[in-house]
Amino acid sequence: MTQDPEPIEKADDPAVTEIQRLELRLYVAGQTSRSLTAIDNLRKVCEENLKGRYTIEVIDLLLNPQLARGDQIVAIPTLVKKLPPPLRRIIGDLSNSERVLIGLDIRPDDSTGADHGS
Amino acid sequence: MSTPTAKDPVLSTSGPGRIEKVPTGILGLDEITFGGLPRGRTTLVCGGPGCGKTLLALEFLVRGATQYGEPGVFVAFEETAGELATNAASLGFDLAALEADGKLVVDFVRIERSEIEEAGEYDLEGLFIRLGFAIDSIGAKRVAIDTLEILFAGLPNPGILRAELRRLFRWLKEKGLTVIVTAERGDHGLTRHGLEEYISDCVIALDNRVSDQISTRLLRVLKYRGSAHDSDEVPFLIDDVGLSVLPVSSLGLDHQVATSRVSTGVPDLDAMLGGGGFFRGSTVLVSGGAGSGKSSLAASFAQRACRDGKRCLFFIFEESSNQVLRNMRSIGIDLAPLMEQDLLRFHASRPSAAGLEMHLARTHRLVSEFEPEIVILDPITNLVTVGTTNSVRSMLTRMIDFFKSRQITALMTSLAGAALPSLETSNAQISSLVDTWLLLRELEADGERNRGLYVLKSRGMAHSNQVREFRLTDQGIELIDVYLGTDGILVGAAREARMIRDEARAREREYEAQQRQRRMVQRRAAIRAQIDALNAELEADEEDLRRVIEQERLGESGSARDKARMLNARRVDLSLADGNRGRTVQP
Repeated sequence: MTQDPEPIEKADDPAVTEIQRLELRLYVAGQTSRSLTAIDNLRKVCEENLKGRYTIEVIDLLLNPQLARGDQIVAIPTLVKKLPPPLRRIIGDLSNSERVLIGLDIRPDDSTGADHGS
Repeated sequence: MSTPTAKDPVLSTSGPGRIEKVPTGILGLDEITFGGLPRGRTTLVCGGPGCGKTLLALEFLVRGATQYGEPGVFVAFEETAGELATNAASLGFDLAALEADGKLVVDFVRIERSEIEEAGEYDLEGLFIRLGFAIDSIGAKRVAIDTLEILFAGLPNPGILRAELRRLFRWLKEKGLTVIVTAERGDHGLTRHGLEEYISDCVIALDNRVSDQISTRLLRVLKYRGSAHDSDEVPFLIDDVGLSVLPVSSLGLDHQVATSRVSTGVPDLDAMLGGGGFFRGSTVLVSGGAGSGKSSLAASFAQRACRDGKRCLFFIFEESSNQVLRNMRSIGIDLAPLMEQDLLRFHASRPSAAGLEMHLARTHRLVSEFEPEIVILDPITNLVTVGTTNSVRSMLTRMIDFFKSRQITALMTSLAGAALPSLETSNAQISSLVDTWLLLRELEADGERNRGLYVLKSRGMAHSNQVREFRLTDQGIELIDVYLGTDGILVGAAREARMIRDEARAREREYEAQQRQRRMVQRRAAIRAQIDALNAELEADEEDLRRVIEQERLGESGSARDKARMLNARRVDLSLADGNRGRTVQP
């Protein structure tokens, strides 16, 4: 993405190497309850499982509709994990945290160690 | 507002309830839908794989953008940008240029099931936003979504999808967009996922049917709410200019008729047809055996028409155009310059290269493109190999109606061979369809084969009932009066021989007559001499008689005079003797 994304939320610890860092992008459409739920759920899952190893970028398509095409967004909300590969999309309000972790290739019990993304 | 008189205001053909239609610009489709697709509504186009759904949707947009000033958005779920561009280019559409002009947006939606994990409730707002953004960016009036059902394969939770699709169609309708949605044909319904449930305004089904290894594309308007439509299956064609849909039903019999004539290119034949040639817009069948000169007659007709400045489209089903050119040159018909002037166009194809409907479709398209006044099909016989008798007849009926509606004079040749019992019945199927039927007949005798031509029928004109000998010379075609004698008609060498013999006999007869005449003259002279002699005799007799009578008369009057003289003399004597006046002496 060449464009400056809207809100950027960085993880607490900037010392973590870039390779290990998960770049997450959450696409929502307006401040709907589902959008807010999704954002909350994502934060919760990341804090619990990926502390310090992720960035979250929330993109509101109502404000930037042109961005939907680039990341092939159809469903809302969609969480896109671009890095590390492979590319993954998780759709829905992310209320099922187990599925979110599966989608992100993270083992639920993995709270300290290395990234297991294959 | 006026009070509604019709039971269903939507069905009334006038007034506010009338459905407004958007012309698709696809050849023929607007005809069978009586104007196009319903404006502001969604039309479902369903069919099996490879039957032309995508191309139909694409052409709808391209025609809209280029011909009707209606920009469009194409949402491609199935194909990639490259695939779509290639497909479009095969129809002669330049999508990139249209996109650059802001007339078209192509949005490729890629949904990879393996990349997607569902974690909670979702909706399709992303698709709505994308579509909305694309529509607003060019002010689109038309949208095509190809193939929406990919969503069902790519996204979990069909319940959500169904609700969302319902919302999508409502949303598209609210925006006043004319939409085509394509869908795969399903096992139990029109579409695999029952899209017809949501789209009820207009449903078009496409099919690609194969019989005898030849495929025919068929289109059918299954449903068109609030509008009349042709509900028959209609063949259609996809070629380098797009789709051509061809109404199956014949166009009816209310076409204009002309009284002007088109020369056949053979003056003698024109004369046989009552002078002038074929009627303009009529259909002519030339049938005959192999090598009877059908193609030559057709070429001659084409040449004459082109020389008169008429455009002529020549379909050949047996030879290549070069072969025809060469063959016709051998009989003094040079067609090459006419091709250079673009008055004459050949279209050569094997009948088996395509189904009948494809041939018909191609004919339609080529005719629409070139707008000829003359169309020649040489020969139509081989088309029979492609279809059944019924389908051939049906196709020819439609083709002829099509030609007539355009006032095209059509000449078809037909091979009547040994396989067919009789020349006259060979094409009974189509004989009733044609206006003029010329028959080229083999006249075989004395180890020689010659060609005879006669006019089997010709509607609306006094035509000759004579068989003429049909000869191909270096200078083209000529017709010769056949020899009609006691032995029947004679042609070729037999005719020559017979004529020589007859000439000799005539000369003999003439000599005889002359001799007889001479004898007559002599006889007349002899008789006349006799008459003269008799006359002379008669005259002599008469002369004698006259003389006798004269003498007789002279004798009588002489004696009387003598008596008188004597009397006178005597009176003198008496008076002298008596001396007494007044006294008469009685003898």
